[in-house]
Amino acid sequence: MSEIIDRPLRDDEKPAASKLRIVDCDVHPSLHSFEDLNAFLPKRWQQHLREYGSHLRTPYLFTTPYPRSSPLIARRDAWPPTGGPPGSDLAFMQKQHLDPLDVEFGILQVLDLFIFSQQNLEFGAAIQRAINDWQLAFWSHRDPRLKASILVGQDGVDLAIDEIERCAKTGEYIQINVSPRANEPLGRRRYWPIYERAQALDLPLGIHVGGYGGHAPTGGGWPSYYVEEHQSNAHTIAAQLASLVIEGVPERFPKLKIVFIEGGFGWIPSAVWRMDQHFERFRSEVPHLKRRPSEYVRDHFWFTTQPIDEPDEARHLRSLIEWVGIDRLLFSSDYPHWDFDDPRFAFKTPLTEAERKKIFSTNARAVYKF
Amino acid sequence: MARHIVATTSEIPPGGNKVVEVDGRDIVVFHVNGEFFALLNRCPHEGAPLEKAACVARLTSSEPGVYERSRVGEMLRCPWHGWEFDMRNGQSWFDPKRFKIRSYPVAVERGEDLQKGPYVAETFPVHVEDSYVIVDA
Repeated sequence: MSEIIDRPLRDDEKPAASKLRIVDCDVHPSLHSFEDLNAFLPKRWQQHLREYGSHLRTPYLFTTPYPRSSPLIARRDAWPPTGGPPGSDLAFMQKQHLDPLDVEFGILQVLDLFIFSQQNLEFGAAIQRAINDWQLAFWSHRDPRLKASILVGQDGVDLAIDEIERCAKTGEYIQINVSPRANEPLGRRRYWPIYERAQALDLPLGIHVGGYGGHAPTGGGWPSYYVEEHQSNAHTIAAQLASLVIEGVPERFPKLKIVFIEGGFGWIPSAVWRMDQHFERFRSEVPHLKRRPSEYVRDHFWFTTQPIDEPDEARHLRSLIEWVGIDRLLFSSDYPHWDFDDPRFAFKTPLTEAERKKIFSTNARAVYKF
Repeated sequence: MARHIVATTSEIPPGGNKVVEVDGRDIVVFHVNGEFFALLNRCPHEGAPLEKAACVARLTSSEPGVYERSRVGEMLRCPWHGWEFDMRNGQSWFDPKRFKIRSYPVAVERGEDLQKGPYVAETFPVHVEDSYVIVDA
């Protein structure tokens, strides 16, 4: 009548081995503590970090202006048993995420210290340099699946260029990351030297949401709630897409590739339709544009999928994917953050095997040349 | 459905849980205020392991600045996206018509009622006097 099953599973009882072979375009590693950076950070800046902390344009040190759902924005099951914050333990990340989900490549996105938004530009540059070195030493060199990005703060353009050149020489970084919230919209000419280098080095530009650039995160002003602020990720990316396209960045840099990370994709069809419509009516205002905005978007921009939209009717998600274009989408999980998307269950709409392969692997492999 | 003995009551402390595998299913057994609840260890949204869920209370508010906590420890908050469920029946709190976690009946029974052993040991009478346990041997 009763039975306790406590024996190990036989091989034929185990779930089938995963065949996902995914590229995860958004994996967040974390520092155990600032001490991790000491090996890469000059004494002067170690002392600065210790004594003055971070220089952001938001209140509160080392936290966000809005409480974000869970401690350190993390999945409750992602705290490593060895201690330290979620994302700080490679062995646990491998065991919980990379191995079971069969992640072939994971692209590291470092958000520690909101280093893009540091207002002391020299301090920001020192920290970016340290984090860039730390990504290789602590992550890529220990697990070659994990790919590092060159983090730079674009408001110190000269410092950013130096760091891009330094890192690019190693041949180990797969993209250049800049802030989605800089002092000016990203299409502005002051930032073009970075885009010129990205194109020359054939490194995609990765733009992950987050940080505070000193402006309210929405066009409507400062939000009151986290749930409201969360919407601003999409607003911000929509504004930057328009800025980059209309200011002529893809026209000026025809081989530049730009990846927007965690900004959603449901808003893209409408944004592109509107840009095209207004371009037809007002093209004499922007004669530097030779093609319709939708053509630039189609040739230069990619968008990661998480947090995926969950319309009440699954077929609406299907329509969105078709309108954006299946070739534009790159799977991302956002591990270990609370709004993580599981590649097996996040897409609540049918996709053919060929479509899945594009979103989960070959689109990213083409952009990043894996 | 067959009955499965999955744990002793002392194995699962109040506020804790234990994951057991029953016929290929991972089931998580929670202990809340002396009661036990069993649910499939998988959120119906994206499959998060519910053993890592926060056991929270029902929070209601009659007016701004005033709140009441009830059913402390009986509401599950998924470790990933924070979806909440009623531990007693697996019902989703925010969308009860569409989502539910599979739940299983749980009983607590004394070991001697479940299985009479074939062996009888020599026994000694025990008396409890105040807070001392005294064994007559």
